[in-house]
Amino acid sequence: MYDIKALYEAYSVEEAINLRLLHPDAQILAGGSDVLVQIREGKRAGKELISIYTIDEIRGISLDETESIRIGSLTSFSHITKNEIVQKYINVLGEAVDMVGSPQIRNIGTIGGNTCNGVTSADSASTLFSLDALVELTGKSGKRVIPISDFYIKAGTVDIKPDEIQTAIIIPKEKYSGYQGHYIKYAMRNALDITTTGCSVNVKLSEDKKTFLDVRIAYGVAGPIPMRAKNAESFIVGKAVNDENCKEFSKEVLNDINPRDSWRASKALRQHIAVELAYRAIKECVKLSGGEM
Amino acid sequence: MAQYKLVKFTLNGKEVEKMVDVRASLTDMLRNDYRMTSVKKGCEVGECGACNVLIDGECFNSCIYLAVWAEGKNIRTLEGLMSEDGELSDIQQAFIDEAAVQCGFCTPGVIMSAVEILESGRDYTDDELRKLLSGHLCRCTGYENILRAVRKTLDRRLGKVNV
Ligand SMILES: Cc1cc2nc3c(=O)[nH]c(=O)nc-3n(C[C@H](O)[C@H](O)[C@H](O)COP(=O)(O)OP(=O)(O)OC[C@H]3O[C@@H](n4cnc5c(N)ncnc54)[C@H](O)[C@@H]3O)c2cc1C
Ligand code: FES
Ligand code: FES
Repeated sequence: MYDIKALYEAYSVEEAINLRLLHPDAQILAGGSDVLVQIREGKRAGKELISIYTIDEIRGISLDETESIRIGSLTSFSHITKNEIVQKYINVLGEAVDMVGSPQIRNIGTIGGNTCNGVTSADSASTLFSLDALVELTGKSGKRVIPISDFYIKAGTVDIKPDEIQTAIIIPKEKYSGYQGHYIKYAMRNALDITTTGCSVNVKLSEDKKTFLDVRIAYGVAGPIPMRAKNAESFIVGKAVNDENCKEFSKEVLNDINPRDSWRASKALRQHIAVELAYRAIKECVKLSGGEM
Repeated sequence: MAQYKLVKFTLNGKEVEKMVDVRASLTDMLRNDYRMTSVKKGCEVGECGACNVLIDGECFNSCIYLAVWAEGKNIRTLEGLMSEDGELSDIQQAFIDEAAVQCGFCTPGVIMSAVEILESGRDYTDDELRKLLSGHLCRCTGYENILRAVRKTLDRRLGKVNV
């Protein structure tokens, strides 16, 4: 038995919003792979829960009229990886979430939970930053859509108002069209391990594949929340596609990131990894784009 | 104040229903209310896979799944694999033949992951199989025999080797 004070179940977004207003102290429960574990560990024991896991309207992936990709917040990792729209346009996200935990965790864990937990090591987060994704929140007075970089406030805290739940992650067409992306998770073992440092890069090359038209790079566990490396980005945009520029680009990330010492890895190791991952990821993006170095 | 809810679902092909405490995990319900003791309590935090069951064809660790979420679902445990005359299924027999079972605590969970793999009807490389089986901790076998049991059953089902 879980130590739960009371359970309220929502079957629609509207019901969830009403329950939020009715029970201001209750916590939101999606797949529960963070929440139920924390209850077991005692950290969240004895709380009221609002289960949103049964809200089917925010599950699934679609293209809207502007060809933006809309991922319902309750979509599981495995359904993201298997989805045709994801495979065709933002395969990097499908690959990134395929590195979460284990097959069973990928069936229960949701992308909403992975972003609402405000955790820097979340495997979807760096890729969503490097895709410049938008977050849709729905509350009493309707929907609000904000950039993912504004959604994260500090470690463990995101911008969700007392009447809101997160309902979708949106990737606008101009952010993915013409880009190729690659994510690298550095961890101590292949399965069931928290990311030591994760790096996600999206690249758009010129028509002749000789120039970097745009590059977005983001990290997990390089600071208290997921982050872009903007100095590195502005260094490489407009530059020629060659090995030397990629090397310089990867060193430039040290001016952006701020990893810390922890029992998992030292700051020095994380910095070393961050540089190496940037280099490998951008090279892979060039390769995927059909460029040569 | 205890809070209860009526939960109806399909368990190993049979429609069932019971009032359950909303604080129960699916492991609690399957073991205590339905005596599905193949569903083991290992870590109870989603890491070891001992409590793994199939829900609508996908594998889930039942220790981090609320019992009330079972409503309307099709749930399968190891108990459902045995044929009517009590014979073991091919994958269970393969685990015995390949010595993929020692203490047996991880076995029901691993076999349910193997069932999802086998029922997908496609072939996998050994590396892919390792990844698909990576949600299970086994303290006894060293995993190689488990991999071999799944490999051989898959090859047989795909008609790649003679029985
Ligand atoms: C064994 C194990 C291994 C794991 N490995 C990894 C890993 O490798 N990489 C990784 O990134 N994660 C990992 N996780 C963590 C977890 O699986 C993910 O963070 C997952 O995405 C959480 O999603 P959930 O739906 O289960 O969230 P929940 O546990 O239900 O919720 C997580 C948090 O988000 C809030 N929340 C959830 N959905 C919403 C919403 N729609 N609106 C508002 N708030 C919401 C909840 O209140 C809670 O604070 C692992 C977990 C386990 C148990
Ligand atoms: S007992 Fe459920 S995963 Fe370990
Ligand atoms: S056989 Fe003992 S844990 Fe796997």
